[in-house]
Amino acid sequence: MHDKSLKQIAEDLAAKRVSSVEMTQYYLDRIDKYSALNAFITVDPEFSLTQARQADRRIEQGDRPSLIGVPIAHKDIFCTKGMLTTCGSRILSNFVSPYDAHVIGKLNHHGAVILGKTNMDEFAMGSSNETSYYGPVKNPWDETTVPGGSSGGSAAATTARLTPAATGTDTGGSIRQPAALCGVTGFKPSYGVVSRYGMVAFASSLDQGGPITRSAEDAALLLNVIAGFDPRDSTSVEQPESDFTADLSAPIEGLKIGLPRQYFGEGLDGEVDGAVRDALAEYEKLGARLIEVDLPNSALCVPCYYVLAPSEASSNLSRFDGVRYGYRAEDYDDLIDMYQKTRAEGFGSEVKRRIMIGTYALSAGYYDAYYLQAQKLRRLIAEDFARAFESCDVLMGPTTPTTAFALGEKTSDPISMYLNDIYTISVNLAGLPGISIPAGFDRSERPIGLHIVGQYLQDHRVLKVAHRFQQETDWHRRTPPGFD
Amino acid sequence: MALDHQTVLDIARLARLRIDDASVDRYAQELSRILDFVEQMNQIDTQGVLPLAHPHEGRLRLRQDVVSETDQRDAFQELAPAKEAGLYLVPRVIE
Repeated sequence: MHDKSLKQIAEDLAAKRVSSVEMTQYYLDRIDKYSALNAFITVDPEFSLTQARQADRRIEQGDRPSLIGVPIAHKDIFCTKGMLTTCGSRILSNFVSPYDAHVIGKLNHHGAVILGKTNMDEFAMGSSNETSYYGPVKNPWDETTVPGGSSGGSAAATTARLTPAATGTDTGGSIRQPAALCGVTGFKPSYGVVSRYGMVAFASSLDQGGPITRSAEDAALLLNVIAGFDPRDSTSVEQPESDFTADLSAPIEGLKIGLPRQYFGEGLDGEVDGAVRDALAEYEKLGARLIEVDLPNSALCVPCYYVLAPSEASSNLSRFDGVRYGYRAEDYDDLIDMYQKTRAEGFGSEVKRRIMIGTYALSAGYYDAYYLQAQKLRRLIAEDFARAFESCDVLMGPTTPTTAFALGEKTSDPISMYLNDIYTISVNLAGLPGISIPAGFDRSERPIGLHIVGQYLQDHRVLKVAHRFQQETDWHRRTPPGFD
Repeated sequence: MALDHQTVLDIARLARLRIDDASVDRYAQELSRILDFVEQMNQIDTQGVLPLAHPHEGRLRLRQDVVSETDQRDAFQELAPAKEAGLYLVPRVIE
C-alpha cells in the first residue's frame, strides 16, 4: 500500500477499493513502527481516525473531492485547530491553535486527513532538524545522518513511507534541502502562490509553504488544493485557479536550461556534481539545450539572507511574550523580567542567536550598514535572475553542495550550517519557484537532489520539467532499505 | 565587527532575552563571527541601488473596511497562561 503514489491512493479511495479508516490506520501503524526516526512531534490517532470516518461517510454519499480520505502529514508550523502546533519550540509546547491555517482548511475541505504534525527545526531556523526542542530527526537512508531542515520531519516521513505526502515551508531552502537529503521531491512555489495564513511566521517576505512528495506529479496534485488566492494573506497572489497537473506530460523539446556558472564551482562535492551532470545529459536526450549563464552576486546570497531573515524574525518573534498564549516562565519579579525569562527559557540557542543578530541589524546606527545594504543586494540578486532568464527557460544545478552529513557534525559552527543553503537561498530572495528532485546517490547510498528554478509564477513549467525527468528515471521510486 | 560584553547585553535587553553572565562572552564570540561573515556584503558597491524589501515590492492589496471576523474572545483566552474576567493578567506595572 505504501508504495502507491498520491494519485493512486486518491483513486483507490474514491473508487472504494480501500476505506480512509483502513488507509489512515495503516500509516498510523507505520509511524508507530518507525517512531525511532522522530519524524513526528504529534500523532493523535483518534483525531485522524475521526477525520477518516468523516471522509468515508462523504465518499459513501458520493461527495468525492480530489483528496478525499487521503492521509497527509503537516509540518508543525501549520496551525491545526484542535491539535498541538509547536513549531519545534518549547515556547509553543502547549499551543493548540483556535483556528486552521489556510493550507489545512483547504485540505480539510477537499477531504484530506491530518496524519500528524512533523518535526522541524525550531521556528524553521536550521538546515539539519537539530534545533528542534523535540530532538533531531534521523535520515531514513542512513540514521547516523541528518534529514536536512527545516522541514526534516516531513521529508524523512515521506521517504520512509510514513505518509503518502507532507507539507513543508521554505524560507531559504527548508523544503528543497531536506527533500534533496532524503531523496524526495520538494517544491517551493512562487512567493504568494500558497497563503501564509496560519503558518507561524519566520521571515515573512521569504516564507512560502509547499508540498513534499515522492514525485512532481504528486506535488502538482497537492498544490492544486493548497494554492490559490486568500484574502487573509496580504501577499497572496490574485490569479485564476489553475490545474498544475494539466500539461505535466507535454514534451520539453527545445527547452533552454540555464546552468549558473557559480553553482558548479568551489565547495561542490564531486559526486553531487557528477549526478547533476548525468541528469542534465538526460534532459539533453529529451531535447533540451544547455546554456551557461551568470548569477554574479550569488556568492553573497547567504550573507544577505543572514541579515534579512533574522531581521524579519526578530520582529515576528516579538509576539512570543508569555502573555496571550504559549509558555510563561515560573518565577519573575516584574513584567520585563517575565518577558526576558519566558523568552530565554522558551527559545533555543539558534533562535536566540538569530533574534539577536536581527535586533542588532535593525538597531539605530547599524540599520544602513546591515539591513539596508542587504536589501540593496537583494535587488541585485533578483536582477541577476531576471537577466539569466533572458536567455533560458529554467535554471538547473545541485540543490545542496553535499549529501546528508552526520548528526552533530555542524551544530557547533552556525556558518558551516548556513552554507548548506547556498544554492537555495537566492530563490527565496527573488520570490521564484524551485523544486528539488531525486537524481542519484553517492557511494554511501545517500540521495542527491537536482534543483530546478523557474521564472516568477511559472510554477507549472517547473513541475512539468521535473515530471518529464521522473518519467524517464526511477530515482524518485527508491525506498530506503528497511522501510520497504 | 567584534561585539563587546556591554553591546551583547544591550542587544539582549532590546530583544527581551535574559542572558546569564556566564554566556555573554560565548554570545559575543558567536554573534561577532556571524557579523564578520555577513560583512562580505560590503564588497559590493550598491550606490544608487534601490533597496528591495519584498518580492512584490510595494504592491499591497487594499480591502474594504468591513467586519470579517467573529468574536472568539473566549476561545483565544483559553490559551492564556493567566487571565481573569476576560482580561489577560501580567505582573503589576503601576504601583
